[in-house]
Amino acid sequence: MNKLNKSLLLLFALSITNFLQAQEETMANTMRTNGKIYVVVAVLTTILLGLLAYVIRLDKKISKLEKE
Amino acid sequence: MRFTWWKLLSIALLLYAVIGGLLLPVPELTQLGETIRNLYFHVCMWFAMMILFTISIIHSIKYLNNKRAVHDIKSKEYAAVGSYLGILGYATGAIWASYTWADPNNPAYASFGSIMREPKLIGAALALLVYGAYFILRNSITDIDQKARVSAVYNIFAYAMLFPTIWIIPRLLPSLHPGQEGNPALNFNDIDARMRIVFYPAVMGWSLLGVWIASLKIRLEILKEKKFSNE
Repeated sequence: MNKLNKSLLLLFALSITNFLQAQEETMANTMRTNGKIYVVVAVLTTILLGLLAYVIRLDKKISKLEKE
Repeated sequence: MRFTWWKLLSIALLLYAVIGGLLLPVPELTQLGETIRNLYFHVCMWFAMMILFTISIIHSIKYLNNKRAVHDIKSKEYAAVGSYLGILGYATGAIWASYTWADPNNPAYASFGSIMREPKLIGAALALLVYGAYFILRNSITDIDQKARVSAVYNIFAYAMLFPTIWIIPRLLPSLHPGQEGNPALNFNDIDARMRIVFYPAVMGWSLLGVWIASLKIRLEILKEKKFSNE
């Protein structure tokens, strides 16, 4: 179930990127304005969210250990 | 998982610091340019470090008062995360300085030489080394009670050393680093109002993240301790 969820999520993410690329060919979207600063924001936000998710996972694991 | 309010607050503030920190307007200064946004990240590392070291010394004093092992664990882990943030602050400062202080007309090694003679950098390095000695001292004593007592006393000395090395001496000497005449970023006349609305939340967010990571390490250490005593 978990694996299925993950693959579905990946598929969803891929379809979104495809959609964005298709749009870019015709007109500039937010990601391409202001010297592409939004791309940097997206990258940094992804890294930050990834690190926070890691901390949350650690927190959950330690909580599990504490219950045992 | 213990999803307390301050963990959610930390996540929200950090997201705000990254997104708002990159997109909200900042004053335009020559030489600094967009790098002024580093204030939300580089300076916050040092603020968070100072806050974590303060929590650490409070637990050291508590340990000396009531000799409960949990305070020793706490003071060690807060000092560890604080030092880690300090190293990150140093590293980010090194990157920032090499693009704003270095004179492009001089050869790279000449600029490097003058940057390395900066009193702020030497002071910060000294402060981090003093805390480095704290961990060496801890690990060199095998007796648990003695280890806790000696390292609690040393931790108080290490905290006291922060004041001359990063707060006083660098202010007495000429330096390129901002904040010569007071507390950089804390002084209300010194920091632009547009930056304050991101800077203060960013400091809180990073400090809370440091506390969060330290709390995880503490819980893990307590678990280890319990397992050890059960065996």
